[in-house]
Amino acid sequence: MNAASTSHAPRQASNAGENLLQVQGIVKSFPGVRALKGVHLNLSAGEVLAVIGENGAGKSTLMKILAGVQTHDEGTIRIDGSPVRFHGVEDALAQGIALIHQELNLADNLDVAANIFLGREPLKGGLLDTATMHREAGTWLSRVGLSVDSSTIVSTLTIGHQQLVEIAKALSVNARVLIMDEPTSSLSQHETEQLFKVIEDLSSKGVAIVYISHRLSEVKALADRVVVLRDGENAGDIERDAISHDQMVRLMVGRDISQYYALKERSFGEVVMKVNGLRTPQNPLHALDFELRKGEIVGIAGLVGAGRTEMLQTLFGVTPALEGAVEMDGQVRLMQSARDAIQCGLALVPEDRKQQGLVLEMAVKENMSLASLRRDQHRGFLNRKKEQAICDEMMGSMHIKTPSDMQQAQYLSGGNQQKVVLGKWLAMRPKVLLLDEPTRGIDVGAKQDIYRLMEQLAQEGVAILFVSSEMEEIIGMSDRALVMHEGRLSGSLKRHELNEESVMQLATGGDHIADSPAA
Amino acid sequence: MKKIYGILGIFLVVFILTAVMSSSFLTPYNMERLILRTSLFGIISIGVAFVIITSGIDLSIGSVICLIGCGLPWLLTKMSLSLPVAILVVMITVVLIGLLHGLLITKLKLQPFVITLCGLLMYRGITRGFTGDQTQGFGQVFKGLRWLGEGRVSIPGIPLETFGIPVPFFILLIVAILASIFLNRTIYGRYLLALGRNEQAARYSGIHTDKMIVMAYLICAGLAGLGGVLFILDVNSAQPVDFGNFYELYAIAAAVLGGCSLRGGQGTILGVVIGAALMQVLRNMITLVDWIPTHIEYAVIGAVILVGVVADELVKRVAAARKAAASRN
Repeated sequence: MNAASTSHAPRQASNAGENLLQVQGIVKSFPGVRALKGVHLNLSAGEVLAVIGENGAGKSTLMKILAGVQTHDEGTIRIDGSPVRFHGVEDALAQGIALIHQELNLADNLDVAANIFLGREPLKGGLLDTATMHREAGTWLSRVGLSVDSSTIVSTLTIGHQQLVEIAKALSVNARVLIMDEPTSSLSQHETEQLFKVIEDLSSKGVAIVYISHRLSEVKALADRVVVLRDGENAGDIERDAISHDQMVRLMVGRDISQYYALKERSFGEVVMKVNGLRTPQNPLHALDFELRKGEIVGIAGLVGAGRTEMLQTLFGVTPALEGAVEMDGQVRLMQSARDAIQCGLALVPEDRKQQGLVLEMAVKENMSLASLRRDQHRGFLNRKKEQAICDEMMGSMHIKTPSDMQQAQYLSGGNQQKVVLGKWLAMRPKVLLLDEPTRGIDVGAKQDIYRLMEQLAQEGVAILFVSSEMEEIIGMSDRALVMHEGRLSGSLKRHELNEESVMQLATGGDHIADSPAA
Repeated sequence: MKKIYGILGIFLVVFILTAVMSSSFLTPYNMERLILRTSLFGIISIGVAFVIITSGIDLSIGSVICLIGCGLPWLLTKMSLSLPVAILVVMITVVLIGLLHGLLITKLKLQPFVITLCGLLMYRGITRGFTGDQTQGFGQVFKGLRWLGEGRVSIPGIPLETFGIPVPFFILLIVAILASIFLNRTIYGRYLLALGRNEQAARYSGIHTDKMIVMAYLICAGLAGLGGVLFILDVNSAQPVDFGNFYELYAIAAAVLGGCSLRGGQGTILGVVIGAALMQVLRNMITLVDWIPTHIEYAVIGAVILVGVVADELVKRVAAARKAAASRN
């Protein structure tokens, strides 16, 4: 079972650790979507297992089930051969399974020691035994190679260090399985290397690691074995010696990428939007300049925190620009609010669908018309006929699956929710469509629908500017890609220049790419 | 419509129970008073419902009633202003109060609870200051104005001496119809409901949420002001120290009973009016039914509201679970 090779850190391959964790036939449904359709997975002590898959493949759901955050509908979980069922995080922790969330779960107003012992503080005469807390915290911190004082307030630590604190916390409850969900997504190069050392060290001491990442070169560098999920099912396992980028992508996507993204050659019209010296409040030092042509699809690549979302929000007037101008069809326009931007023919499908895109408790129809109510009003009164017509049109043309148009948006699947947001904006017939991570957290079928829609809109002359953190999406869907690095535009790549290396080089600021783990 | 069945049911049960327990409940005079009180509280409850729909709160209503209710007779009798000028001053005052609340909440991002709590303290204090804490009233003059509060309209076939519909009932009717149309038929009503649920999503859809919120506080202060005028016309004698005391709580309770969620984005005007009526029937019941000691009024009202919101929440959960199950594949 243990596929550990001798190619890197030595592994403790004791028989006791065989089948530390066995997962069989896990099924999990959410309203409107079957997230897991019978997934299996085995884990031995000291193993580093990478779980990969596209967004919506079911990785995060599986991990949440293993960590007791959610309960599964069907299937069995065995630990050391005996079946267990988790009803909460405490149950999973008691069995030695700890999840390090993508978003860290620390009380950042408290110090390091307080966080490590949160909920199980050592007491002395009914009061906090701070001396013991700090002494023991120190030992756990040294195990993860973190040399900060245990009385440091967590908010003053870097993200990388906060993550190590979280790992120390997990170890302090005797975690035997550490699940890490995208641990490097907001780490610097150096912090990533430090984390990898800790992972190697822990696995050599018998801790099993489940590592979830989109960054395939990290997986290649780290994993003993790769489990690939696709559409809530096992797409295949790859043993250490067979791990290759191509093999992983093939299993993840399940088809040839060139067919998946069917972008045809098109000719572009005149410049529809021109951005001159735009400065966003978040990155005031860097002025942004670019233009967008009719019918052009431009991808914006970059690492998390490169300022991509901020740029779209400034273009859309949600966070008005400090300086600079946006020309629409040759006229300088000021975007002081979303309404200004809408009047200029812009539309934004935001990154956070549930917070910014939808009013979850409102009906599909009401969400769909929220932007166009104003245009279609009769002296302030609702135009219910028009509202219904728009809703019917969009539900039909985008194949939105919902029992009725009065269903609350919260009960729709992610893909259908995203289509409702898109429908809201298509009803406005935008000239420029801004999309922020348009396919995040939606299933493969809906993804393809959205790609097709993007292509169709472009053919009709809409200019599309989309932010994506998925390399394949950037490469597959862009006529041209703009790459951002630390708040500035670090480069522009034409379709034929687009590949993982060229994008990553610009996204990481142009230095080394060959050994970058963030490829 | 489904949303108001619950509150309508509770209202009918309490109404019938009271009628059974007290013989003086269904008398023409008592009904007249009940309709009058319901109308007055209904108007201020509709006001606060708009604020609650934006997920805000207005605690200053009782003090605005005090300010306007004592201020209007003070302007007319002590300051000797003409009626139109006094009305103008009153209107400007409530607009300023609404703007103050709304702008501080939207532009400075201060919490509605805190802002309107300050209002609660300030407006009563100011009133006690300029009136010298003296009782205010119109005396026997201003007949035309007082008709708004005291007037009764006869029903054909019933002599006016026996029963007449109080004029404020018609004012409530107009306010409720306008509010209902505004909330359900205009884009602004839809905007309020949307931003009450998710202000960010509303803003990202091009809605000027700040303006809408300011408007809600304006409506609330305006209707509290109208309520103040009608309350003073009804009693014709108000002491600044306690006039309108706690009325904001009756209004908020009526709105919540009527289906407004303090989380925002929810509420119907008809529900709120029934909620206000229920509050008044309850108070009436406590006064009329002999074996209920009057001084436990708050306990009874509190308990009924508690039962109402708990039942409502349970019903909603069952409905949501059923809906989620229905949409699963």
